[in-house]
Amino acid sequence: MSNNISRRDLFKVSGATAVGISLSSLLAACGGSSSDSAISGKTLKVGLMGPYSGDVAQYGLAVRNGAKLYFKQFNKKGGTSTGKKISLIVQDEKGDATEAVNVYQKMAESNVVAVLGDVTSTPSIAVAQEAVKDNMPLVSASATAADFIKYGKNAFRACYTDPYQGKLMADFAAKKGYKTLCTIYNSGGDYEKGVNDAFVKEAKKKGLKIATQESYSAGDVDFKAQLANIIAKKPDAVLSPNYYQDDGKIVTQARQLGYTGVFLGADGWANIVGGDEDYASGKDLEGCFYDTSFVSANTDKSVQQFIKDYKAEYNADPTNFCALGYDAAMILCDAINKVEKAGKAKTYKDYKQAVIDAIAKGTVKGVTGTIKYEGTGDPVKSTLIIGFKDGKEYIETTM
Amino acid sequence: MEEDMATKGKPIISTGSPKGSKKRKTISTGKRYIINTVLTVLVIVIGQMMIDNGSISRYQGSVLEQVGIYIIMAVSLNIATGYLGQLPLGHAGFMSVGGYSCAIFIMRMMGPMHVTMYDFMTGTPATTLLFVCGLIFGGVCAAICGLIIGIPALRLKGDYLAIITLGFAEIIRVVMLNIDSVVGFQLTGGAKGLTGIPSYTNFTNTFVVVAISLFLIHTMMKSRHGRAILAIRDNEIAAEATGVNTTYYKTLAFVVSAFFAGVGGGLYAGCIGVMAPAKFGFMKSIEILVMVVLGGMGSMLGSVISATFLTILPEALRAFADYRMVVYAIVLILVMIFRPQGLLGDYDFSMGNFLEKIINGEFPWKKKQAEEVEADE
Repeated sequence: MSNNISRRDLFKVSGATAVGISLSSLLAACGGSSSDSAISGKTLKVGLMGPYSGDVAQYGLAVRNGAKLYFKQFNKKGGTSTGKKISLIVQDEKGDATEAVNVYQKMAESNVVAVLGDVTSTPSIAVAQEAVKDNMPLVSASATAADFIKYGKNAFRACYTDPYQGKLMADFAAKKGYKTLCTIYNSGGDYEKGVNDAFVKEAKKKGLKIATQESYSAGDVDFKAQLANIIAKKPDAVLSPNYYQDDGKIVTQARQLGYTGVFLGADGWANIVGGDEDYASGKDLEGCFYDTSFVSANTDKSVQQFIKDYKAEYNADPTNFCALGYDAAMILCDAINKVEKAGKAKTYKDYKQAVIDAIAKGTVKGVTGTIKYEGTGDPVKSTLIIGFKDGKEYIETTM
Repeated sequence: MEEDMATKGKPIISTGSPKGSKKRKTISTGKRYIINTVLTVLVIVIGQMMIDNGSISRYQGSVLEQVGIYIIMAVSLNIATGYLGQLPLGHAGFMSVGGYSCAIFIMRMMGPMHVTMYDFMTGTPATTLLFVCGLIFGGVCAAICGLIIGIPALRLKGDYLAIITLGFAEIIRVVMLNIDSVVGFQLTGGAKGLTGIPSYTNFTNTFVVVAISLFLIHTMMKSRHGRAILAIRDNEIAAEATGVNTTYYKTLAFVVSAFFAGVGGGLYAGCIGVMAPAKFGFMKSIEILVMVVLGGMGSMLGSVISATFLTILPEALRAFADYRMVVYAIVLILVMIFRPQGLLGDYDFSMGNFLEKIINGEFPWKKKQAEEVEADE
């Protein structure tokens, strides 16, 4: 083992490294300024955080792309009415609550006027609990967990909650006249379980029969046992409120087992056809429904413009998460613009409060519908029910 | 931090100073404890002062808290890995048991004790009591789990023990996920996690707990029990032949390891404010094991240094954005190539011995001369 470093050499190397790291962190620490100057300069800093690596990176990256696109357009148009531009501080939190809290505190330290984040549920809640201490305006594109907005009036989301979607799909099922329902969901996911529980509750209230609720664990790929149980109950419709990778497999396997009925889904279904991979064929999905706030089949002018811009920027089709990121950025920029226009907030502290008030009062016409807030951080917006016909998505109804 | 675990390589019973040389000056055990206590208190007080006047920012303070938590986690795993010589892979399981039970205990007791979330920021006697009781409760819960798993698992060795502890951590994770629907009321919050945990940790109380934990583990390892544990590591058959109750000491080490993991988990819950079962999977156990192996198995100082290093490294590399995880991995690989025994091997630092050497003028660069002189005689 002659190539092994001796302890003395190790101390020399580690000493040099420690000096290097501490010097660089000192340099990084320099250049900080007092908090009130954060709002007087030519640029306003906004934090953008999400998981850009790790298990849930695809959602973080989608939100980041959407949000970055809007900020770019906003700055191109000249920024706020007072001519201030938005500069972004983008940080990765790997989908981990610990990292998310660190990232948030780093952002708060660099005196950002608002934070756009987080993306997934647990880190979002951790960030919300921290952000309330600073009264930091916090807009999440996709934190669907109900608790996210519970801690203070500073947190807003652009998406709707898990329970809301569950309730909506149950109402839709009742409207469609389905009598016997079954569900299959990932019991280890807060999103899946949240939608499922609300669906079951609302369905029971509407007098629909929930024949069985089958669960599976994260990472399962074979759902045939659960599906066999479900098919034995002869349901009119099956709720599968999971992410599209699982939903695709569930639908495909159910068709293989001979189930021909309807599947209902939530916004995790977005991208189930025509996404990065084909998880289910259009033929298998015939007659299924899911709810979402954004779909490229929407013929609305602003939606089509967004799709065009997104394609030009990233050379890819935008997903639901991209659109939500875009809208979250829009909500934030709209509020900052209003605060700048009013010009009343002179201190950093007042500025943050003013941004929060502006978001709470504002109405934004985004690409996922018209978003406004009525006293809570939950948006009031319309929801699209998407159906499949001849292998293509179409808008069944707006609820 | 004061560790002198130099039990290996040195005779336990000193044969006195070599004849001819003058008497070596020593520092008594009592004085050693006083010196170390004063230094520890000084470090914590200076740290807290730097946080108060803003020279350590809130972000850095929060990272330091996590450093403290991972120090406890690494040192506690070091008991089972480094000192006992086993390879458990379920440390994150004990961490989550401790974290959940501590957080639930504190949250449930806040009502009857009339403590609000904001009291934890200012700090009152009631919050201190809750903090201490909560951590001990978390530790005890984890220790009970350690006992339950330890008795059957420690009959196995090597890979088999790794697999059974790995399975056990998975069981804990699944229990945390599903216990709500079994007991029929809100306990762990299931998949959505336990939220709204008051932030009952800060720099001072985290590092006081770190200091106490290190002290307790250190004294245990220096005692009769610690030597028995080391004997089992070095040769189990020989230890048994000399009358060491191997089953008892193996279980003891395992339970103590689990207890401190629970304490670390309790601090973690307060620091982050959210507990979700998904965060305590296999990778968390590996993360902690990496700290122990990197620092050197059986070296407490090694665990402390590598826990500090590996917690700060990803944060320090944040400026490199997407490449930081690559750098993190490269650092690990380089260390394992050039220092396969870990950064410090089984070396441990002792403040007392260090001072003694200074008093006696025994500096490393003088060592050679001294040897030459001895050879001449």
